[in-house]
Amino acid sequence: MSQFTARSVDRRLLMDRSVAGRRAMRLPQPDVPVAPLPGASMLRKELELPELSELELVRYFSLLSQLNFSIDTNFYPLGSCTMKYNPKLNDEMASLPGLSDIHPLQDGATVQGALRIMFELQEALGEITGLPGVCLSPLAGAQGEYAGLLVARAYHRSRNDLKRTVALIPDSAHGTNPASAAMAGLEVVTVPSDKNGNIDVQALRQHVDERTAVFMLTLPSTVGLFDPSILEITKTIHDAGGLVYADGANLNALLGLTRLGDLGFDIAHSNLHKTFSTPHGGGGPGAGPVLVSEALRRFLPTPVVQRADNQYRLAAPADSVGRLNGFHGSFGILVRAYTYIRTMGLEGMRQISENAIINANYIQVRLKSDYDLAFAGRYSMHEVVFSARKQKAKGASALDVAKRLIDYGVHPPTMYFPLIVPEALMVEPTETESKETLDQFIAIMQKIAREAEDTPEVLKSAPHDTPNSRLNEAAAARTPYLRWRRDGVAPAQSSAPAGVDAGDRR
Amino acid sequence: MLEAIGVEQFEDLIHDIPSHKRYPTLKLRPAASELELGREISAMAEANQYPGPYSCFLGAGAYRHFIPAVAKRIVSRGEFMTSYTPYQPEVAQGTLQTAFEFQTLVALLLGMEVANAGMYDGPTAFAEGALMACRVTGRGKLAAVSSVSPRLLEVVRSYTEPQSITLEVLDEEEDEVPGDVAALLIQSPNGLGTIEDLARWSQAAHASGALVVASVNPTSVALFKSPGECDVDIATAEGQALGVPPAFGGPYVGLFACKSEFVRQMPGRIVGRTSDGQGKPGYVLTLQTREQHIRREKATSNICTSTQLIGLMVTSYLATMGKRGMREVAELCYHKAHYAAEQIGKVLGYSLPVPGTFFHEFVIGCPLPPSEINERLLEQGIIGGLDVSDRVDNGMLICVTEMNTRAEIDGLVGALREIGAGLR
Repeated sequence: MSQFTARSVDRRLLMDRSVAGRRAMRLPQPDVPVAPLPGASMLRKELELPELSELELVRYFSLLSQLNFSIDTNFYPLGSCTMKYNPKLNDEMASLPGLSDIHPLQDGATVQGALRIMFELQEALGEITGLPGVCLSPLAGAQGEYAGLLVARAYHRSRNDLKRTVALIPDSAHGTNPASAAMAGLEVVTVPSDKNGNIDVQALRQHVDERTAVFMLTLPSTVGLFDPSILEITKTIHDAGGLVYADGANLNALLGLTRLGDLGFDIAHSNLHKTFSTPHGGGGPGAGPVLVSEALRRFLPTPVVQRADNQYRLAAPADSVGRLNGFHGSFGILVRAYTYIRTMGLEGMRQISENAIINANYIQVRLKSDYDLAFAGRYSMHEVVFSARKQKAKGASALDVAKRLIDYGVHPPTMYFPLIVPEALMVEPTETESKETLDQFIAIMQKIAREAEDTPEVLKSAPHDTPNSRLNEAAAARTPYLRWRRDGVAPAQSSAPAGVDAGDRR
Repeated sequence: MLEAIGVEQFEDLIHDIPSHKRYPTLKLRPAASELELGREISAMAEANQYPGPYSCFLGAGAYRHFIPAVAKRIVSRGEFMTSYTPYQPEVAQGTLQTAFEFQTLVALLLGMEVANAGMYDGPTAFAEGALMACRVTGRGKLAAVSSVSPRLLEVVRSYTEPQSITLEVLDEEEDEVPGDVAALLIQSPNGLGTIEDLARWSQAAHASGALVVASVNPTSVALFKSPGECDVDIATAEGQALGVPPAFGGPYVGLFACKSEFVRQMPGRIVGRTSDGQGKPGYVLTLQTREQHIRREKATSNICTSTQLIGLMVTSYLATMGKRGMREVAELCYHKAHYAAEQIGKVLGYSLPVPGTFFHEFVIGCPLPPSEINERLLEQGIIGGLDVSDRVDNGMLICVTEMNTRAEIDGLVGALREIGAGLR
């Protein structure tokens, strides 16, 4: 049943494998006269790095790779993260020498092909979201949020409306929302959700005032539902002089079905490593372009790509919030997303979201008698949130269900998020999985539900067949051991109490 | 499947979307086949003028270095590339152990006690280092040495200004650091390629109770003193030079290391070693109570998805180059750059206006505005250096690495001579 045939693999670290004098590559001899080096006081005394042969490296890293689950090997029904298949053409296009070897500071005239790809991607994202002002520069979703909040701040300041310093954020929001707001110098005020998982519009009205800079909303919400009051919500904020921000990290439910701009959103970001199929890379690199309405375009970060007289160029918007990173964004990721959008095309765009929604609702309907739905009586969008409270009562928690899934070769769903759902298990199958895979997953989940009744201890001790069983995270935090040491002993460090380890994770 | 769900048509599933806002008409092109699209994008790629067919002397934050085939192959494995952030450590030991290796090799290279699992890029690592220094010291002011590149300082400003943190620029000749600043920000080699005396600046900063946040070139530290040897508190670097293609600016990875006393104020992801129920060692994301998914608005940073895979590129590069390879590549860069500088310095009309020791980047003073020189160079198949005439009169910042052959360097020198001679 397990794929971890190599679990007894030699896991010694590079430095412990190092043999003095061994090497994996050779450089050419200098073809120029050797220049005298500066005095010893400027030079490094000793450089410690591993010394291994090429074969040793290839074998070590290949074996390590086999200790991973990945999209190429496993189903990842991971809510809020959109682990869809990453088409191989995308990687191939990004590694073309004409794209991967160009230097970011080359003159615009020498990189017209690259700028054209960026420009067309800007246009496509603007079209898909109904927010025509696009800057591709943010390097991940959280930086996209930060960029969008800086735009909101700059907008109010340009109107000399300096008292607008509050960011309203629902209690169901991802942790990056309040963290980004704090970095942007905004005060965070939390808005409650109602019992149906929607924004409590009455409560929202009480929080909105002349200090409201921006309301950050995830749509569909983090419980996978589309808020039916959305037009009333955006109007409420606008009437009070605030802006509405869409955490569009995940647009997989909206493509071709509706547009954020049409619903009244002013600002959004979009994670290309989710909806637009670029690989997650084990935690990045991502790309989180920021999208704004026409009125806010002049505040976008630097640079954006503009076209005039059939020439493309990098430009700084008139009242730009500035430069947020070294160059122009995760270009290699942008090329992949561009390739994906062109592959799917007009007809494919809507199909992505329709199939994603059908797949989520299929799982919802097939599993709702085995696991409680977080919000019963509603159709889900691209993801469905269950609660393992029934299983918890028998002694197996959401964590135990999740870990047991690993024994069956399925990556666990997102757990314990959103925070407003007890024992949450958030399932997002995505559109790229076949009905056969969904049926297998459903059968496994049903089997685990029965195990939770009959043999809960099997869940509690899961996973059983992995390179490591459950790891002691509290000990890791109490005594940080963060790098190889020659003596293999963790350095003495200031200890601090370990915190609760739960929350939203994407 | 619709039948199983119990609806007649798809639209029944989305009745929460206001009906007059459904099904917008999108202006997108029709779907393209792999064959057609591959041709079209390849044509756009070939429309660029890129190093290889062209010789290239641009650096200034992104560097061309040789990437061994083995380092490239390791990263392209689907098990690494298409895996998720390692929140489920039992099925992510590959990602986690390689991240631990990354932290180890970065700490060893920079000569620092601890490193995190990577930041978005070098400039954001530097900016987050500045924010971290403010948290550690409880101070709200920063000072930067004037030789830090303007691009780096721009990013620092966009990270600090919204939190009302002020930034003062210190003259290079200064030997005192103001008494109320959280950190002295310094870059070495600096924005014009010159090696800074990090140890002297550290001493001055520490005398004022300030930390030192340094941005260094990661290849240069294989030859020159490491930030750790210079008592730097927070060391950052653009990791791109270590096995990552220039790719028009990204994705890259920021290296971030510090003294271990500050580890709980570090931003970004950190991997730690621990053990499982059977006492077997393994790796997990750790110190997560610093992070946004738990601390929300009180987190040390908003970072979530970062640059794990690029970190792996750096790890496999450093492992392949090894102890001797890193020193050798640094020396090759040094020798080639010094040869180029010496040859250009001898050409009538050109000068080497910036004093001090340099690694692989240096400024030349040109007889014409650098933009005009670059136009002429391009006609001869040469991508010239960065125009720094905002800082040095008719200055051009030239970068030479092991990728530039002697023939390329001689070609550049010849072309510059010709351009200069044409003026007389």
